[in-house]
Amino acid sequence: MAYLDISRVGISFTRAGRTSEVLREVDLGVAKGEYVSIIGHSGCGKSTLLNIVAGLLRVSTGAVLLDGREVNSPGPDRAVVFQNHSLLPWLTVRENVALAVDKVFAGRKSSGERRDWIDANLKLVNMTHAADKRPSEISGGMKQRVGIARALAMEPKVLLLDEPFGALDALTRAHLQDQVMEIHARLGNTMIMITHDVDEAVLLSDRIVMMTNGPSATIGEVLEVPLPRPRRRLDLMEDPVYAHARAAVIEFLYARHALPAIAA
Amino acid sequence: MSTTAIKSPIASTRERSDVVRAPIGPIVVKRLRAVAAELVPPIVVLVLLLIVWQILCSRPGAGLPPPTRVIDETWDLIVHPFYDNGGTDKGLFWHISASLQRVALGYSIAAVVGIALGTLVGQSTWAMRGLDPIFQVLRTVPPLAWLPLALAAFRDGQPSAIFVIFITSVWPIIINTAVGIRNIPQDYRNVSAVIRLNGFEFFWKIMIPSAAPYIFTGLRIGIGLSWLAIVAAEMLIGGVGIGFFIWDAWNSSKISEIILALIYVGVIGFILDKLVAMLANVVTRGTSVQ
Ligand SMILES: Nc1ncnc2c1ncn2[C@@H]1O[C@H](COP(=O)(O)OP(=O)(O)OP(=O)(O)O)[C@@H](O)[C@H]1O
Ligand SMILES: [Mg+2]
Repeated sequence: MAYLDISRVGISFTRAGRTSEVLREVDLGVAKGEYVSIIGHSGCGKSTLLNIVAGLLRVSTGAVLLDGREVNSPGPDRAVVFQNHSLLPWLTVRENVALAVDKVFAGRKSSGERRDWIDANLKLVNMTHAADKRPSEISGGMKQRVGIARALAMEPKVLLLDEPFGALDALTRAHLQDQVMEIHARLGNTMIMITHDVDEAVLLSDRIVMMTNGPSATIGEVLEVPLPRPRRRLDLMEDPVYAHARAAVIEFLYARHALPAIAA
Repeated sequence: MSTTAIKSPIASTRERSDVVRAPIGPIVVKRLRAVAAELVPPIVVLVLLLIVWQILCSRPGAGLPPPTRVIDETWDLIVHPFYDNGGTDKGLFWHISASLQRVALGYSIAAVVGIALGTLVGQSTWAMRGLDPIFQVLRTVPPLAWLPLALAAFRDGQPSAIFVIFITSVWPIIINTAVGIRNIPQDYRNVSAVIRLNGFEFFWKIMIPSAAPYIFTGLRIGIGLSWLAIVAAEMLIGGVGIGFFIWDAWNSSKISEIILALIYVGVIGFILDKLVAMLANVVTRGTSVQ
């Protein structure tokens, strides 16, 4: 069985007496240390799937197993980098990371060790210089980096990223992608990332999970990206494997599973 | 909204750094001008009002004394606020301090109870459905209408006055806290779920800071209402207190003393309001910029 095993997961929401099925029969196994991206049109249920793995939502059918144990509540072993950073605005950068570290490692690390660990994680995302600033005083890219540091600092078994670079400009985005690749290479985390960006998915992932359109969305296809690591974005521009993977994702999204409005 | 909130501190630091580079002389002049622009209009209006009052009340047969006579007749009270002849014959300082103590006690209880109940109502749909209609009805009851009930229950003036303060100021605190709790973004709840904060930690580390701007709105309305209510309540219960002082002055027809007391009541109400506002500014410095 895979390290993270999502088996036959389905979820329905009931609102005002009407039940709508968002996900049906989602089956996916993720190996330890693997980088998996989930791509699909807006509203198909990507965030819903990620929140199920995080334990923030309960499945209606099926089950999620991590390292042999069933997931049924949120926890620091499945840290989330949220779409809109969700730092607490009344805490400084350091305090935001400290809130998580002090809670997760209470009793396991001394206060000195925890302080060093907070510093190490801020350094990992190059945010040491702004440790004492509040979220309102730093840029969007910096906030996202702090969000990543906070999640990494929990030493999660799986790191869940919900469109982590969605709100950033292209340059900042490329820079952060490189940083995340480097962190993944260094620490070997298992990562699941939602994205809308085909290039980002191909550049970062070992496998790309493509979802069909909702309602009752499921996994349409899974694409292996057999590019060797470390990957450098400049070298890949001309690479036929890269171009082929990119074309396959685009073909899935815009030819076979176009949104009705786009197809029309 | 959010962009202006984020931009303004940046703009102000930029201004400050410009100021630092400029020569000293013009800065002082600029500062003085700014202060003058703030102070001159209220002073002018105040002087005009005093003149009109002086003219209107100097005519023979006027019901109220003119300002000059008020000062003349209350000069002893103004310069001797600390005298104490026993009983209720004390200086204004003692009356005001007695009133402030009652307000401090009643208002503190209201703050604790109000924040606790507001959290409950904001957090639980069931509590909200059950309690909200009751709160909405009770909060419209005028403060003094509670006094007879309180006197019947406590059989003593002192706790009754404190109860009236409590019951007057607790509603806005409850209602605003509940709104603040209900408006905590789902993201913050998700973050605390992932790091597994327990209920107590969630209350202190997420709920209170996140709802702080709303809570302080309630606290600020509450302090104003407390001060309104204490003066009225003390008129009825007697003893030492600024409300009783006013009632006593009325019974001995000392209109000038009433006027002096009203000025003190107004100024202290203003200071109380500013104190809570200042506290709010300090505490919510981070939260209000979202
Ligand atoms: N709590 C909920 N109650 C009812 N419906 C929900 C709930 N959460 C999500 N949905 C519905 O599920 C569907 C999928 O939502 P989801 O947020 O997972 O989409 P997404 O793929 O992440 O979209 P995007 O790319 O825009 O972020 C949407 O139609 C949404 O309306
Ligand atoms: Mg989403």
